[in-house]
Amino acid sequence: MSRPLLQVRGLRTVFDTRAGRVCAVDGVDVTVEPGECLGVVGESGSGKSVTFASVMGLIRPPGRIEAGEILFDGVDLRQLSRRQMQAVRGRDIAMTMQDALTALNPALTVGTQIAEMLEAHDDELPRGGPARARAIRARAVEMLGLVGIPSPDDRLKQYPHEFSGGMRQRIMIAIALASKPRLLIADEPTTALDVTIQAQVLELIDDIRARLGMSVVLITHDLGVVAQHCDRVIVMYAGQVVEEGPTAAVIGSPRHPYTRGLLASIPRPALRGQPIRPIEGQVPELIDLPPQCRFHARCPEAGPDCLRPIEMRRVGPGRQVRCIRTPAEAGP
Amino acid sequence: MTGALLQVEGLSKTYVGRMSLVGRLLGRRPTAVRAVSDVSLDIERGEILGLIGESGCGKSTLGRAILRLHEPSAGRVTFDGTDVTALSPAAMTAMRRRMQIIFQDPYASLNPRRTVADIVGLPLQLHGLASGRAAQRETVAEMLEKVGLKAGQIDRYPHQFSGGQRQRIGIARALISRPDFVVCDEPVSALDVSIQAQIIQLLQDLKREFALTYLFISHDISVIGYLADRVAVMYLGEIVEQGPVEAVLSRPRHPYTQSLLSAVPKVEATARTDRVRLTGDLPSPLNPPSGCKFHTRCPLAIDICRRSAPHRETVGQGHDAACHRLHEGLSITDGGSAA
Amino acid sequence: MSFASDARAPADSLFRRNLRAFAANRLAFGSAIVVLIFVVMAVFAPWIAPHDPAATDLFRRLQPPAWMEGGDWAFPLGCDALGRDILSRIIYGARISIFIGVAVILVATVVGILAGLAAGYLRGWVDIVISRIVDILLGFPYLIFAIGLMAMMGPGLANIILVMAYKEWVIPCRVVRGETLAVRELEYVEAARAVGASDRHIMLREILPNILSPVLVVATIRMADVIILEAALSFLGLGVQPPTASWGAMVADGRAFILESWWVSTFPGVAILLLVLAINVASQGLRDAFDPRFSE
Repeated sequence: MSRPLLQVRGLRTVFDTRAGRVCAVDGVDVTVEPGECLGVVGESGSGKSVTFASVMGLIRPPGRIEAGEILFDGVDLRQLSRRQMQAVRGRDIAMTMQDALTALNPALTVGTQIAEMLEAHDDELPRGGPARARAIRARAVEMLGLVGIPSPDDRLKQYPHEFSGGMRQRIMIAIALASKPRLLIADEPTTALDVTIQAQVLELIDDIRARLGMSVVLITHDLGVVAQHCDRVIVMYAGQVVEEGPTAAVIGSPRHPYTRGLLASIPRPALRGQPIRPIEGQVPELIDLPPQCRFHARCPEAGPDCLRPIEMRRVGPGRQVRCIRTPAEAGP
Repeated sequence: MTGALLQVEGLSKTYVGRMSLVGRLLGRRPTAVRAVSDVSLDIERGEILGLIGESGCGKSTLGRAILRLHEPSAGRVTFDGTDVTALSPAAMTAMRRRMQIIFQDPYASLNPRRTVADIVGLPLQLHGLASGRAAQRETVAEMLEKVGLKAGQIDRYPHQFSGGQRQRIGIARALISRPDFVVCDEPVSALDVSIQAQIIQLLQDLKREFALTYLFISHDISVIGYLADRVAVMYLGEIVEQGPVEAVLSRPRHPYTQSLLSAVPKVEATARTDRVRLTGDLPSPLNPPSGCKFHTRCPLAIDICRRSAPHRETVGQGHDAACHRLHEGLSITDGGSAA
Repeated sequence: MSFASDARAPADSLFRRNLRAFAANRLAFGSAIVVLIFVVMAVFAPWIAPHDPAATDLFRRLQPPAWMEGGDWAFPLGCDALGRDILSRIIYGARISIFIGVAVILVATVVGILAGLAAGYLRGWVDIVISRIVDILLGFPYLIFAIGLMAMMGPGLANIILVMAYKEWVIPCRVVRGETLAVRELEYVEAARAVGASDRHIMLREILPNILSPVLVVATIRMADVIILEAALSFLGLGVQPPTASWGAMVADGRAFILESWWVSTFPGVAILLLVLAINVASQGLRDAFDPRFSE
């Protein structure tokens, strides 16, 4: 296989709060191959958003990246200057936020916001003059058309509040895609949307990924979304990756007790009448956590030997699990 | 139907916009939003009726109109033989002991300046259900244990709890006056998956223990499919299909229900191809479409759909739907490919 | 972006956290201490003041402050035209200023809260009537109105308080109405209605505790204005009547000799300035600590 597009190694991001040092991301490794769609699953506080905010260089004090390498196409993003990072952000890597209404500037028209992105990052545009303005406009119309907004010509002049929630999410994707990034990080792109709209937006992302050949990281709490749209998945819990592998394999035969619990927690019409088996308890507070399995307090299989640092172990082709209860390389 | 604990007949809720003086002088009509329009449904004692729909469809308004938290504009709600809509304010206050609600947002629904003892104890105090402060505290403490909190947490403030725990406090408040009927307004939508499962389990256990009847409002078909006995599907203020949950989920008759079901991403690996894509967004309720309100997004829409609104027709045992093309036996997947 | 994870709040009340934030603001905290000194002065005036504030001594007429020629350390800030000790009169004057300030704000805040809650929560005609009254009062040139009213009712402590509270309630009323409009839409208010709570319970027990912070902040800010207004009325001879010491009247008394005996007007003026400034700075600190919406 060729070189991975994004390779994060040993990332640790902490927030210094009055109550103590919150280790939101602790030793996370992520690899994104060219053209693949990686699902990142976890509940609130799992560190999934902070991990990718770190990749984007969006961590502000009191937060800081304490350790780790973030290699994008072989270049360590942590070594880049602020200026260089700005160029990478937007042109090579784009991110869409969960809440499109607050992420878009309410005072600027949609057309202006797309144009700004193109101005900053598109090097193929003609230099200066009306030709450039025309080219930018044409590209903006093209982008809105690409994300399926009807009569894009007229809608360029409209403001974000004039669009519905699903449309705004599409516009944010259009802005993110304007510079033809090689990696799109979509942070909960559909959480705020209704199911029928959610299906449209996810299919749009699939479609564009296939057409532009970019890689997508889909951050979500919804295993159903991952099952239908992602090639590989990583499951995060309390700031760590606990399981990683091909989507079908992870969902079909989860190896980590947390993944199993998560899957068992999803209410399904097929399970009517049977009690669901929720994971008891809550996510631990991330302040000054002892070096041991972070799930052990909620884990039905935990024992005294879980009270030590647990490393990720290979348990199958492309599969890794952070649990000592799972037999290594089990089965074919 | 007899034996229904709650009967809703022709319930409507219209919000009328405020008029400016100038507008009034110019004789303009105030803007009116018909959030719920002519809804009828029955809820049997001891059952869970799931109410499903997308945001803005009026499902929360319907739940609140039933409890008269938002005064209905028209229609009647009969609860255990009493016409609730005709009750005087004082009688309605007394009736609230028996009809309760659990809210969606565990952060907004608890007063940040009051302790758990105050919040959960309030219904006891208002309805004179406890003799004295000590007895009230004791009852609250018992209720806290029942919803999975510790009695020792009684003097804490809401911000000292996590989202799931706060939802438990909201449940304790709703159930402490021993109601018969509870509107659960998206009680798990704001929670993480693992916490969501805990709360669903809790709601089921408490239903059994207190012999409750739920109107369970949700946008999540999986939750409704797992929990509810019957389901009603709402679109733009109207109920377009209702029936036993197995029947509606396995043989949805209304094209909207069909599209809703096919849009849900399922964990079980399924072929992606049989999915129907609804085009367009929910129309504005300020300016609802003519005829069948779904026709703007319906792949099966024909001329009549634009002109006249369909009536609900029976399609099976306790199963009815409102669609002009009901008897053609079409499914949106065939229609979609034909179009 | 709110990436800072939801580290659960330590077991500590919101009020105490706010108080600590306030104490951390040194300027505001210092100002609060200055205000406190004035309050102590006012309360314990008879024990602190070196002389009887009303005792005249024509031999000491316009005696300069102690450090100037002809001064006397027994009368550190000098004497006025009737030979009364200026320091003692300032100390006693603090009583009047602070008492009137507190009384006016108290009356105005109570009335304003009740009116604002009723207007904001009940809406309908109650809101229309209260809001119109507020608009009318705000549209009045107040000082002229107050002068007229004082002339009509005659001077006196109770009348001053009434005349000032007459319009002052409008300010907390508007704040409370606005806050109530926002809070009444929150789900916990609906939750209280759902369990059968009365309007009275909802207004006083559910809404009021949640809007108290901005009301307190506004009250302290307005306190400074009320103190200035009282001084202005006294300066015009419409306030507290002699021989009771009042800062505004003291400034007025010194006008005639401002060139040769500047201290008669200056020291009470400085007292007004110091107290008003301290209240303003302290209330700003309170606002930052208790109502973070205003600060950045």
